[in-house]
Amino acid sequence: MNSNTSPTKASVIENLTAVRAMIHRHKRNDILFATIGLLAVMFGLLTLLTLFIDLVMDGYPRFNLQFFSDFPSRRAGSAGLLSAWVGSLLVMFVTFFTAVPMGVAAGLYLEEYAPKNWFSDLIEINVSNLAGVPSIIYGLLALGLFVYGLNLGQSILTAGLTLGLLIVPIVIVSTREAIRAIPVAIREAAYAVGATKWQVVKDHVVKYSQGGILTGVIIGMSRALGETAPIITIGALTFIAFLPPSPITTTAPFINFEWLSSSFTVLPIQMFNWLSRPDHAFHINAAATGAIIIVVTLLMNGTAIWLRYKIRKNIKW
Amino acid sequence: MINATTPIKAESRGLNFFYSNGTQALKGIDMPLYENKITALIGPSGCGKSTYLRCYNRMHDLYPGNKYDGQIVMHPDNTNILDAGVDPIEVRMRISMVFQKPNPFPKSIYENVAYGLRVRGESNKRLLDDKVEEALKGAALWNEVKDRLQDLAFNLSGGQQQRLCIARALATDPEIMLFDEPTSALDPIATANIEELMSELRNKLTILVVTHNMQQAARISDYTAYMYLGELIEYGDTDMIFTRPTRKETEDYITGKFG
Repeated sequence: MNSNTSPTKASVIENLTAVRAMIHRHKRNDILFATIGLLAVMFGLLTLLTLFIDLVMDGYPRFNLQFFSDFPSRRAGSAGLLSAWVGSLLVMFVTFFTAVPMGVAAGLYLEEYAPKNWFSDLIEINVSNLAGVPSIIYGLLALGLFVYGLNLGQSILTAGLTLGLLIVPIVIVSTREAIRAIPVAIREAAYAVGATKWQVVKDHVVKYSQGGILTGVIIGMSRALGETAPIITIGALTFIAFLPPSPITTTAPFINFEWLSSSFTVLPIQMFNWLSRPDHAFHINAAATGAIIIVVTLLMNGTAIWLRYKIRKNIKW
Repeated sequence: MINATTPIKAESRGLNFFYSNGTQALKGIDMPLYENKITALIGPSGCGKSTYLRCYNRMHDLYPGNKYDGQIVMHPDNTNILDAGVDPIEVRMRISMVFQKPNPFPKSIYENVAYGLRVRGESNKRLLDDKVEEALKGAALWNEVKDRLQDLAFNLSGGQQQRLCIARALATDPEIMLFDEPTSALDPIATANIEELMSELRNKLTILVVTHNMQQAARISDYTAYMYLGELIEYGDTDMIFTRPTRKETEDYITGKFG
């Protein structure tokens, strides 16, 4: 455009038309990308939703209390999940007490105490790698180490330790991320009044990173709940018609650790077992179990999100 | 002129400081802190004034690779607080600090003030209550918070949070209090409150304050030091520095020709 003479009306309109056409063209790309993005999101979500609805529709005849209180059986109609859900619960219990202390302690050490050198860099890389190791490898490791090496047998303890090891990297990573989110200013404030490193860790770092750590723990646990491969590898039985000895007894000392060495089954293995039978009636049981696993996993993740929100609410930085 | 009868609380002697990347941030600084006086550090960004302040409570020890050279001697005990044999925690128990941005802990008002005492192993509830009240009164915050000591510190305004941080630093009866640009994140009214408070605190302890604001240095300090590129260019009585500086660089900075 000429800067000396004012433009004629015609040229302005012409110019404007060109600009409008250009904007229109560019906006087409916006719409195009938004559509592709939406399709990508829908593809994942809808597939999962379809799967879930399918499982629920197949399995709904078994959604009753009896399904939870019956042992597995040769007759599909009276087979239940009792030994599987009790097994899952007990294994998760061991997993929790393995993964949380180890993961949190390791995360705290790496973040707060470890000197920064090539060795800590090496550990750093390996922790991230561990999170990506296929779970069946953990199963093999556990078979060699826990089942044969330490003679723990194909027990709840072995399964819990294995799944614990499996999710330790998740707990470490989430612990470190939560710790890193604490501002330097808060740390310095604590040191400035004369706190030792341990006092800073105990009174501040652990307290303010609780939300993030807890979220990581729950997400790790929900992954462990559905893990099948390592449990099969260590040789969990697929047909268990009894319960492990109760952890709580009526006589002193009221606590009993025999259950740790009991053989067991868990939800995904029970599902796998039913699925591998030719009789269609068992497939209904499998579908019902699948739906239950998904619901429990979603509930756990939902709890994680809710807890994080609730704990973060009081911490603003 | 510098009053020869005022005792010196602490002084740096030939203080050099190197960051872990090798840059020398302080070059041979000799400077006294007079007891119950406010000493202000002024100078353009990056001149080393905050670095100097943070030597006083060994904050640099938190980050590996930083190196001190020279001495900071505290009186009357003649302890060189930079000595490798002196634990930085001991130093921080004698010299407390207030930071640039209010940084209360995400805890209650009470626990924020009590933390310094808890770190020292104090758990007697009566004694803690008394100390917390005393510190909050000393920081001119008591009347505003006495009915809600268990509230979260984050619910206070920015100015109140900074006074809370002063109370936290005060609760442990320090000999010296360091202020690192304590009002740079505050509005003018909150700033005036903090300045007034600092003038009162002078009766109890010795103050070293870093400030970007020259009017603030002129208003509150007894002595002023002008730093540039890690060196102490001029040190003296505040009135003198601001009215008859002896160095051309100081005059240029103070009159706004530079910086």
